[in-house]
Amino acid sequence: MAALSRKWDPLFVLVLGSLVFSCKGDVLKTSNDRTESISATKIEESSPQAADLGDLRQSDEAESNEDRKAFTPPPPNDQFQEEMVIRPLYSGDIYASFQFRTQWDTDFLHDGKKAVSHYRLFPKSLGQVLSKFSVRELHISFTQGYWRTMQWGQPFIPSPPGAELWVWFHHTVTDVDGNWKELTNVLSGIFCASLNFIDSTNTVEPSASFKPLGLGNATDHRFLRYATLPREIVCTENLTPWKKLLPCGSKAGLAVLMKSEKLFHSSFHSQAVHIRPVCKDWQCTSTAWELRQTLNVVFDLYTSGQGKKEWSLFKMFSRTLTEACPLASSSKIYVDVTDNPGGELFDLSPSSPLISTAVVLGDRRTYSVYDLTKKETFGQLRSLNLLLRWKGESDDMLRPPLHAERYVSGFGLQKGEIHTCLYNSHPYRAYPVLLLDSLPWYLRLYVHTLTVTSKTRENKPSYIHYQPSKDRLRPHLLEMLVQLPPHSVTEVTVQFERALLKWTEYTPDPNHGFYIGSSVISALVPSIVAMDTNSTRDRPLFSSFFPTKEESSYFMRVYTEPLLVNLPTPDFSMPYNVICLTCTVVAVGYGSFYNLLTRTFQVDEPSAPLAKRLANIIRRLRGVPLL
Amino acid sequence: MGLLSDPNRRKAITTARILILNMILVLHGDSVVCYLAGIAWFMGLAFEPFTLRTYMSENAMGSTMVEERFPSGERALATAREFAAHKKKVGGMPVDWLVKTMRAQGLEVFTQSFSRNLPFPDESKERFVVRGTNVYGILRAPRAPRTEALVLSAPCSPGNSNNQAVGLLLGLAQYFRSQIYWAKDIIFLVNEHDLIGVQAWLEGYHHTNITGMGYTPLQGRAGSIQAALSLELNSDVVTSLDLVLEGLNGQLPNLDLANLFHAFCQKLGILCTIQGKLQRSDWDTVEGYTHSAQTMLLMVLKQASGRPWGEHGLFLRYHIEAASIRGVNSFRQYKTDATSIGRLFEGMVRKLNNLLERLHQSYFFYLMPSLTRFVSIGYYMPAFGLLTTILLLRALDLWVHLGTPTPVTEDGVGEGESPSSPGLLSVLTPVVISHLTGVALYTLPVLSQEMAVEHFPVSETEAVVLTAIAIYTAGLALPHNTHRLISGEGTEQGWRVLKLVALLYLAVLLGCTALINFSLGFILAVTLVPAAACVTPHVPKALSAVAMVLLSPGCTILYCVFLFQELQEVPVSLAEGWMLFLSVISQGILDHALYGSLVYPLLALLVYPCWLLFWNILFWK
Repeated sequence: MAALSRKWDPLFVLVLGSLVFSCKGDVLKTSNDRTESISATKIEESSPQAADLGDLRQSDEAESNEDRKAFTPPPPNDQFQEEMVIRPLYSGDIYASFQFRTQWDTDFLHDGKKAVSHYRLFPKSLGQVLSKFSVRELHISFTQGYWRTMQWGQPFIPSPPGAELWVWFHHTVTDVDGNWKELTNVLSGIFCASLNFIDSTNTVEPSASFKPLGLGNATDHRFLRYATLPREIVCTENLTPWKKLLPCGSKAGLAVLMKSEKLFHSSFHSQAVHIRPVCKDWQCTSTAWELRQTLNVVFDLYTSGQGKKEWSLFKMFSRTLTEACPLASSSKIYVDVTDNPGGELFDLSPSSPLISTAVVLGDRRTYSVYDLTKKETFGQLRSLNLLLRWKGESDDMLRPPLHAERYVSGFGLQKGEIHTCLYNSHPYRAYPVLLLDSLPWYLRLYVHTLTVTSKTRENKPSYIHYQPSKDRLRPHLLEMLVQLPPHSVTEVTVQFERALLKWTEYTPDPNHGFYIGSSVISALVPSIVAMDTNSTRDRPLFSSFFPTKEESSYFMRVYTEPLLVNLPTPDFSMPYNVICLTCTVVAVGYGSFYNLLTRTFQVDEPSAPLAKRLANIIRRLRGVPLL
Repeated sequence: MGLLSDPNRRKAITTARILILNMILVLHGDSVVCYLAGIAWFMGLAFEPFTLRTYMSENAMGSTMVEERFPSGERALATAREFAAHKKKVGGMPVDWLVKTMRAQGLEVFTQSFSRNLPFPDESKERFVVRGTNVYGILRAPRAPRTEALVLSAPCSPGNSNNQAVGLLLGLAQYFRSQIYWAKDIIFLVNEHDLIGVQAWLEGYHHTNITGMGYTPLQGRAGSIQAALSLELNSDVVTSLDLVLEGLNGQLPNLDLANLFHAFCQKLGILCTIQGKLQRSDWDTVEGYTHSAQTMLLMVLKQASGRPWGEHGLFLRYHIEAASIRGVNSFRQYKTDATSIGRLFEGMVRKLNNLLERLHQSYFFYLMPSLTRFVSIGYYMPAFGLLTTILLLRALDLWVHLGTPTPVTEDGVGEGESPSSPGLLSVLTPVVISHLTGVALYTLPVLSQEMAVEHFPVSETEAVVLTAIAIYTAGLALPHNTHRLISGEGTEQGWRVLKLVALLYLAVLLGCTALINFSLGFILAVTLVPAAACVTPHVPKALSAVAMVLLSPGCTILYCVFLFQELQEVPVSLAEGWMLFLSVISQGILDHALYGSLVYPLLALLVYPCWLLFWNILFWK
């Protein structure tokens, strides 16, 4: 399994990194003094929102003041790159993917706090979190909507609906669970999200599915924590803190396009933060930290585009671009023109002379590149408004090689069955996939009913890792390695019983149902480029006999839809009625009855004793009330 | 603790027992009162002052009004005409055209083909081997994770009917697609072969197979379905819309769905009916009362039949709140066009879209004397309770009579174990035999149809129905034969024990039935309780036998057929009624086989044997 994950690590870096690696040093130099002012205000602004970090911050500020006194500009050891990819989809929708990458040659973990006292481009709030909790790698995503693989193809960076967080801690951490709990609370403050709802009942330690994406090949999954919150709703309040992490904020560069009323008027919205250690240079002599902020959005043809296949930056974001972020060493827009080589499918204006080719997700794609750091990109109007206008109908999309769906079958509120269908659309290659399922404890799994069938035959998984749940403590964790035969549907089913919760454990809207997080399918998928055997494309013959290594397969992660499961729910007005009724009965009926039973009745004496009479005479004389 | 050991208390208990005995003697004549009170209570439910006004319980649908803007009624009708043309050309469901149209509207389109062999030909719809295709398109809600869905369905019926429903459905799909506010996916389903198609689709969607349907698995799903609306529309304009609620096995959707429909009819000024009857405002007149009584009785009869009265009926099993809305075009002046109907649906779907939870706030058990009035379970159950009380009182009476003579003769020691052992056998034999008759009634008609068709000049359907009636009638001859199996004479004690058992059995049976399907329980109680209460071996044989047969479950169905026709204002002659009766039986058997309706097995396996027990008592020797 380790081999599987390690194999695609460099590949991933290569695929995505190759798009952004071209470094522009001159821009950085010209804007050096501006950088200072911005980064100084940035330090003031990026106040950590969690109380835990208060003391840390004060000491840091003191130190950074000292630093500023003896300030001689060192060679910048951090850089920022921004880019956007626009991919027209076969369904007529349009997919825009932003990536912002900040790289900093420092080490939060080893050198102690002094080394990371001064922040320039890297957001301080995250840096402090990294060093305080000894985080090795952090991946967090907030997604609203479900990626429709069958209509849209594959996303650049997949994410499940809701919030997902997975963290590799440094191997020196002793109390991983404690760190994890604090970390989730801090992140919850930073991103204004309900990540504080992550606790032991929805956290798992996957043994194989989530391997580090950065340097180091840690395989001890005790230092890994993975949790999803499928019900998390993503909105403007999550976007604002996310934008604040960018060096230019939303003031300049590509981020000016991120107006929330447009971003949330879409079919799909996903924003993520990935932090990992990467190689500083090609020799990999030392490590650097990479912060990658991504935002993916899909605009709908009918609701955003009024049914017309005609897209422009202004139509999508109601903004146009006028400048790059001055702090960015590179700032580019890529438009996917693979299906439009001669321009017969759609018009792209203004056209760009720059063309770039890359193997992305197993397919060789061609992109038109717009370099925002160059003046001529913006033309005479000094604003860039990319326009895509369709001329003809696009043909059908190639089926994505892997997709999955999941549903609950059966009816009634006692039992059910979870079906996970894995589709391998590759015509002749079988490949293994890793399936990860994390189910809450209130679905009591009947693991003996677990069946894996493909083509009506039993398909025995070669690896199964199952961790049973503990009531109110721990979820089920089911991981398995399944071989998918070519051109087939593999169905994984498992039955469960719906538990009856304690009445305080129900959510405020119990009849809505309970969310079950997406299952995660990770696979090395044979690439489409390698599939292309009858070489119809214009390629030299000598290049196409053996499939090259990095093109032969690529890593892919697919998330299924989350499930909404109804549990047996009591009528919550009933206890209220019962309480009211019993209180009334107790108060009126029982109370008076008990009073009658326990009261001692005494006969009133007709004549008072002598002493009392005497006392009363005296009292009457004094004018005092009688006894 | 000392309650039973204390001698004084024991004496008190004995006194209490004697008291109860006296009370029963007094109540003996009161059975009639109980019965009449039960009927009167039930009929009183239709009287407006006794019922509650309907009100919207669900907050998410109540206060938030939505604005209806559906503009394209005319275009929907044009689509309907196009659909009709394609349907005619293909001679069935125009699958390709539907797929193309829906896809052009931006829906995710999937098809499902299904096949079903009926156990015997359905003569009313002329089908035996059913093959068809369902087409459905899913409108994916923006930024929603495919967890919840709503269903809008329209049947593709043979002939010229329901074209407008499909047209309107497609028109709505097109309009809905360009809106941003959807929080739940919306599934537009066009199904072939009406209920069988819906059944196949639902079983496919939930990956179950309850009825032996053959279908291809569904490719696209949209999470758990929250609510469904079914649309039936036969003309370009309608005078009124009729709401159909009664589903499989007498299940009803949440009352809030009916309230929602009524609220939008009011808002848009569309005439709305339930059971095809408009609401009247003159509740204090005799006509007004009769009107609402008729409406309520129609609902009771429909519910008791246990069959789905519209496509929505099959959704209810899956805990999906559903209703059918049927356009009626009569000769009234006041007409409503397709745009208004579209707006009504738009409004309803938008409100359902606003739901945060499943519909659960309002009632699930109710009767409706009109669209604005309802009778909740707390109001109608006493009527049934009064009828069952008779059975329980009779049983108590018998128990006391069975218990008391023994201590008197044997001084209360060793409480009569010796007489009970022959009693057990004499009770068990009729119970077993009558249940075997029930099993025969349940299984033989369908199994022996081929044999019957070979030997008699009848069609398969007739063969099934006539076999059922033959077995039913043959069961009446049983008492004469059961006695041969019992050694010795049936004692006086024997029939009392048997009657006690039968009474309790009937009470439990009816009680359970009424909890699930009040109407069925109540109708059975109305006819069975008098027979059960009065029968003894000592009444005049011939007269009572005729009375018993007239009060048997089979005859109850016959009365219901006539009553239903009467209430629907299409009275039938005796011969027509008999033909209807036969088709009702065949439909009942088919409903059981096709959709899993439980009325036929309930009647055949439980109610009929129970009635046979009383028949046995009448002929006790």
